[in-house]
Amino acid sequence: MNGSRGVAVDVLVVGAGPAGLSAAITAAEHGKRVLVLDQGLRPGGQIWRHRDAAALPVGARAMLERARTTGVRIASGARVVDAISAGELIVDFRGRVDRQRSGALIIATGAKERFLPFPGWTLPGVVGVGGLQALLKSGLSLSGARVVIAGTGPLLFPVAATVARAGAELLLVAEQASWSGLAAFGARLVSKPMALRQAVVYRWAFRNAPLRTSSWVTAAEGYGRLRRVIMHERGRSSVIDCDWLATGAGLVPNTEVAQVVGCALDVDAIRVDALQATSVAGVWAAGECTGVKGDAAAIAEGAVAGHAAAGEESTANGRALQRDRDAGRGFAKRLAATFAPRAELLQLAHADTVICRCEDVRRGDIDPAWTQRQAKLWTRMGMGECQGAVCGPACAALFNWEQNVARPPIGAPRCGEWGEELGETRDERRETRGGGALSS
Amino acid sequence: MAGAPDVIVIGAGLVGTMTALGLVEAGASVTLIEAAFPGGGSTGAAMGHIVAMDDSPAQLALCAHSRKRWGQLAASLPSSGEVDRCGTLWIAADDAELDAGRGRLAGYANHHVNAEAVDARALYQLEPQLRPGLAGALHVPGDAVCYPPAIARALTDRAAASGRCVMLRARVQALAPQAVHLSDGATMRADAIVVAAGVASPDLVPGLPIVPRKGHLVISDRHPGMVRHQLVELGYLQSAHTFGAASVAFNVQPRRTGQVLIGSSRELVGCNMQINRELLGAMLRRATDFLPALRRVRALRTWVGFRPATPDKLPLIGRWPAIDGVWIAAGHEGLGITMATGTADLIVAGILGRQPPINADPFLPDRPMPAMAHAG
Repeated sequence: MNGSRGVAVDVLVVGAGPAGLSAAITAAEHGKRVLVLDQGLRPGGQIWRHRDAAALPVGARAMLERARTTGVRIASGARVVDAISAGELIVDFRGRVDRQRSGALIIATGAKERFLPFPGWTLPGVVGVGGLQALLKSGLSLSGARVVIAGTGPLLFPVAATVARAGAELLLVAEQASWSGLAAFGARLVSKPMALRQAVVYRWAFRNAPLRTSSWVTAAEGYGRLRRVIMHERGRSSVIDCDWLATGAGLVPNTEVAQVVGCALDVDAIRVDALQATSVAGVWAAGECTGVKGDAAAIAEGAVAGHAAAGEESTANGRALQRDRDAGRGFAKRLAATFAPRAELLQLAHADTVICRCEDVRRGDIDPAWTQRQAKLWTRMGMGECQGAVCGPACAALFNWEQNVARPPIGAPRCGEWGEELGETRDERRETRGGGALSS
Repeated sequence: MAGAPDVIVIGAGLVGTMTALGLVEAGASVTLIEAAFPGGGSTGAAMGHIVAMDDSPAQLALCAHSRKRWGQLAASLPSSGEVDRCGTLWIAADDAELDAGRGRLAGYANHHVNAEAVDARALYQLEPQLRPGLAGALHVPGDAVCYPPAIARALTDRAAASGRCVMLRARVQALAPQAVHLSDGATMRADAIVVAAGVASPDLVPGLPIVPRKGHLVISDRHPGMVRHQLVELGYLQSAHTFGAASVAFNVQPRRTGQVLIGSSRELVGCNMQINRELLGAMLRRATDFLPALRRVRALRTWVGFRPATPDKLPLIGRWPAIDGVWIAAGHEGLGITMATGTADLIVAGILGRQPPINADPFLPDRPMPAMAHAG
């Protein structure tokens, strides 16, 4: 514990995706000492995951460069484990656990994929849409592999393009939303010519694969490994032999860190005000963790949060910034409406379909009249390794359940390290924290 | 009362469900009222030990009887109840503690509880992962661990299957002589009313000397075989016995899943759900101090629960004279799971006017009590 990691900073940002980087740069430009904690090997978040910065979009490269020139420090491979308070987190810095203090905290933890269970969804070879892209970017070879992509939302296009460019035999790209919904969504993109152009570039990249709307997977089959998928394609059933299925039912906000810090949620997203402030004093949030909305809006929110956390509230309140941010929120609403999972997707699981893969809990073990807590205590659902990260959002959609509040720790730290950081093990802590021991 | 009585049981924790089932099996008709779901209160937060605790002769008498009754029940429970007769090792840090532990053997023998003192060598054979330098342990092989909420669920189902137990999801507002008023305005009457509402019992029975004693638990990822017995430091009794100040003690259990369940802490702060990270840290350090291998074990999650504690460390079981027809089955602190079986026996005997299996007097709810330290 020699300490440079533990040194207090003015602004601590959790997450180095578009929102987090934007917030960090903005705060640093106000002269604040900024540290960004990021789980990834390199900054950029899920959307800008890369091995070689040269492969990144121009905007992403420019942002990483600005982070460098403004003196933003980025700790890669750093995971938040717990929070002593909003101003003092316990962080796992690549295997070494330490406390990190800060004057202000900005949470930009992004989103995660949501899976709605269907028969066979736990077979090896079935992965998330974003998960497949991450595997490709980390070096998985799909050359010659037969791939079906079946999911929903704007993520399908870039992933299909990546898969096609990787030399895979892309058999089908299925979007569960309807063609009319998609068309209406696309029409609104006229105000965002860049996004529209991007979509065309992606579609060109996977031009050899059919794109079908109102289509989804009803089952995946195979013994020990995916062999084929059963598709519902615009009312007809079809069977496609394949090696990989990339699937998912859209994205949901990642809110564990916010919950452990004590921030209130609105349904499944972190609640923020016009200045991106959360319900906890000294804590702001930006990007997908406050509602899925895309990278442009995330960058605008990050800037608002960065100004506000640096104490520059009038700048944060600036008209142009607020307009960009509000446009992002409007886009988020249209996204949610267009790509909401259709009712049929909630009916795919059979009685013996796994809901919680960690604890092997099946659909038939669960009564929709229960609460999530009751299901957990009675069936062990959500008690395993992932702590409900997968089955929690699935059950929220399937049974209309309110999700359990996340409890520490995050990401399963070792008892030894966590226990030490929770305690008064250093004299300076005794000095800084004073009395009130053993009361809560 | 003539014939089989009608009984209302309030609270479907393990004490309430066990009592409801006992009453049904004795011929009574039962309405089991629960505001949430069976096993969702302190039962769902409990460690789930079935132990012969001997803080006092009365405590040991009820534990010993209850443990015997668990032995008869266990075979009929579903596997989800995870009853595992792993035994308890009461760890002695030094020779003085081991001597003190030996002093407890006579008491165990009086209640036919099999127990023996083991020296350091034998202890490390039983549990090789314990830290070096310990003096030995008291081994109680008949103790067990279980998963309480699944058992509460199974007992509720079994009582309902008898056709003489109705499960009612409702909140009780107040008690009256041989009647309960529900929050929806309805009133239900019965020959007897059993309050088995744990820490919520004083809300229904003013003056009942029960306070919530909060505890934290941590569950690990899977390490089958790392720990084979429930391990408790002999200093635990001291932690459990003293009221007031916050304290931690080393107590871990091997679970059927291969996970290690790590306790324990005690504090009087009301029903405050916040995690007390300082106390949790002290608890974890206590555990890793006794069991260094735990340092590298990953913690999956933590939770808090509230033990219904009484000033003299004994549960309140029996008639509550202030309200006609009202019986209490509450205040078991950390022994509600263990004592659920024995408590049901005492209540059934009391309501049906039968001879109790053990002396019921030490548990009478209106017995004289020492003053209670109150929480803020």
